[in-house]
Amino acid sequence: MLEIKSLHAGVDGKEILHGINLTVNRGEVHVILGPNGSGKSTLMNLIMGHPKYEIQSGTIKFEGQELNLLAPFERARLGIFLSFQSPEEIPGITVENMLRAACQAVTGEKIKILPFRKKLQAVMQELKINPDSANRYMNVGFSGGEKKRNEILQLLMLNPKLAMLDETDSGLDVDAVQIVSNGVAKFHNKDNACLIITHNTQILKSLTVDKAHVLLNGQIVAEGGTELVDEVSQNGYSKFTY
Amino acid sequence: MSKKTYIEDIERTLYDIKNVDKSVYKSQAGLTEEVVRDISKRKNDPDWMLDFRLKSLEVYESINIPNWGPDISRLNMDEIVTYVRPDAKMVGSWDEVPQDIRDTFDRLGIPAAEKQSLAGVGAQYDSEVVYHSVQKRLTEQGVIYTDMETAIKEHEDIVREHFMKLVPPKDHKFAALHGAVWSGGSFVYVPAGVNVKIPLQSYFRLNAAGAGQFEHTLIILEEGSSAHFIEGCSAPKYNVTNLHAGCVELFVGEGARLRYSTIENWSRNMMNLNTKRALVEKNGLIEWVSGSFGSAVSMLYPCSILHGEGARCEFTGVTFASKGQNLDTGASVIHVAPHTSANINTRTISKSGGAATYRSAVKVTKNAHHAKCSVNCESLMLDSESRSDTLPVMDIEVGDVDIGHEAKIGRISEDAIFYLMSRGIDEAEARAMIVRGFVEPIAKELPLEYAVEMNNLINIELEGAN
Repeated sequence: MLEIKSLHAGVDGKEILHGINLTVNRGEVHVILGPNGSGKSTLMNLIMGHPKYEIQSGTIKFEGQELNLLAPFERARLGIFLSFQSPEEIPGITVENMLRAACQAVTGEKIKILPFRKKLQAVMQELKINPDSANRYMNVGFSGGEKKRNEILQLLMLNPKLAMLDETDSGLDVDAVQIVSNGVAKFHNKDNACLIITHNTQILKSLTVDKAHVLLNGQIVAEGGTELVDEVSQNGYSKFTY
Repeated sequence: MSKKTYIEDIERTLYDIKNVDKSVYKSQAGLTEEVVRDISKRKNDPDWMLDFRLKSLEVYESINIPNWGPDISRLNMDEIVTYVRPDAKMVGSWDEVPQDIRDTFDRLGIPAAEKQSLAGVGAQYDSEVVYHSVQKRLTEQGVIYTDMETAIKEHEDIVREHFMKLVPPKDHKFAALHGAVWSGGSFVYVPAGVNVKIPLQSYFRLNAAGAGQFEHTLIILEEGSSAHFIEGCSAPKYNVTNLHAGCVELFVGEGARLRYSTIENWSRNMMNLNTKRALVEKNGLIEWVSGSFGSAVSMLYPCSILHGEGARCEFTGVTFASKGQNLDTGASVIHVAPHTSANINTRTISKSGGAATYRSAVKVTKNAHHAKCSVNCESLMLDSESRSDTLPVMDIEVGDVDIGHEAKIGRISEDAIFYLMSRGIDEAEARAMIVRGFVEPIAKELPLEYAVEMNNLINIELEGAN
């Protein structure tokens, strides 16, 4: 589904990622581990197409299609989703209106207000989000935890093929991590895939991890299965070198 | 690599349709005593009004144009035709309005709005009002809503007592100009205790090239009454400069409430130098809702004089300056009495090299203890060639007051655009959503059909090529 080959990329001419290779297949859950500043968020922003980041060499393909020249909204319409580490506040646009616009954009179909609202309320209830939040402005005045749950709400409403979660579990209390984790588990099935950045293995509890990658200073220095996640959560990154 | 949004100059077809100039009379260009006397004669002014015009002309000649604000040097008064009489008499039925003029107002949606949501309508075409109507139910309650010319004939004493008393000709050069050549406009009188629940609307359309429009709006609300007045204005675009120097005077009596809403969408060759002022008595309320979208240059700062104890002002404004526009707008409040309060809330947007300035003056005089004033102005620049300035002035002469000011100037956040795009929304729509969101606190203050018009204007302004 996602195929990254020899990716060298960075920001303002400075290379941050030095030759990343990564393949994610349908039905898989991948975890990216690594200390702060190792390039994890940069990788996700590049896959989503943030204009600030530039590719120096290498390719990112999604379902066989080269992404390099596609705008972020075109990538979203192909089925790529990013749950942001710090979601933006959009004053004046309600959660419901933005999400309906997004669902219409992604599906290319006009969506009626009432059925949409019903579905939205049902998903909000599963995520234990106050139903009034639908009429609040996007992320404006939301607590850290509310913003993260709002990202998962968008994930479930947009139902993409590839869900990238950038520290969606950080800054959450135990109950909130559980809600987010259940939300991701609900989303995941054999036809889609997850790519997860986490410092906290809690979010992985409701999921089966297929592969873990350790990213250090812009390079993948170790790959493995669940055992790698356990290793890192117990001993940190000191044993990895590059 | 993201595609760049290319934003074109706007398409304003609806507003830009010109009618053939069928005016029956035009004064000669420029401003002379002869022109002023001629206008007065043609309008059958009473003697006091002719005197008033001539005195205003003297004042006009004695003062300079403002030495601050946007450059208005391209305005050459010798080229402006101050009076254009359309080939139409004022009537009370749209069927009697000449077809081309009727079509213009049809396109602007005035007769349709009248049927659905208005209690009275005035329509001015160039220098004269061509249509005026008011619901009989209101007339029976003593409400007067008519054109200024009729008001001078039928309610001469009231007009004489109030006309240009709030905005005296010596106030500034364009107030003096207005005093000399004013024509048209609306007069509203609401007797004590009468509530006009459905809005009244006057629409000012300037069709003639190189002309000026100088309508005068005088609204008097007696004690405990209420009304909502809506003012609309537009003009087709010409290559020569047009001038709008209207004057609005609002007298809000004790405990009365007036809402004055404007969506101004002049064409890009218009110099809009308009003066609006309200005098608010004890426990009265003036609510301004002001949308400035058009014109080449605007200088507009509606002023509220909080004259009686507990008088209040709510000002809500949005200004959108695009290519070639310099819109200098804001508000002014003078607290004269104790326990008066004012709330100023504005949003300005600039794009494609447009310049938008927020300018305000708040004065709290010695007597106005326990005055409250809160100013919140936010500006959004959509690109790096556009300008935005915030110039709030406060002059507080008494200690026991509660004054707050919050100003924000920002650029449209690329991260916010990326966030929306990552959800599948294309770049042009993402920008439009952010702008609509930015003005949402203002849009929700507008009557529905005006909120829709404002949203349409924003979409037209933002329309991209992709």
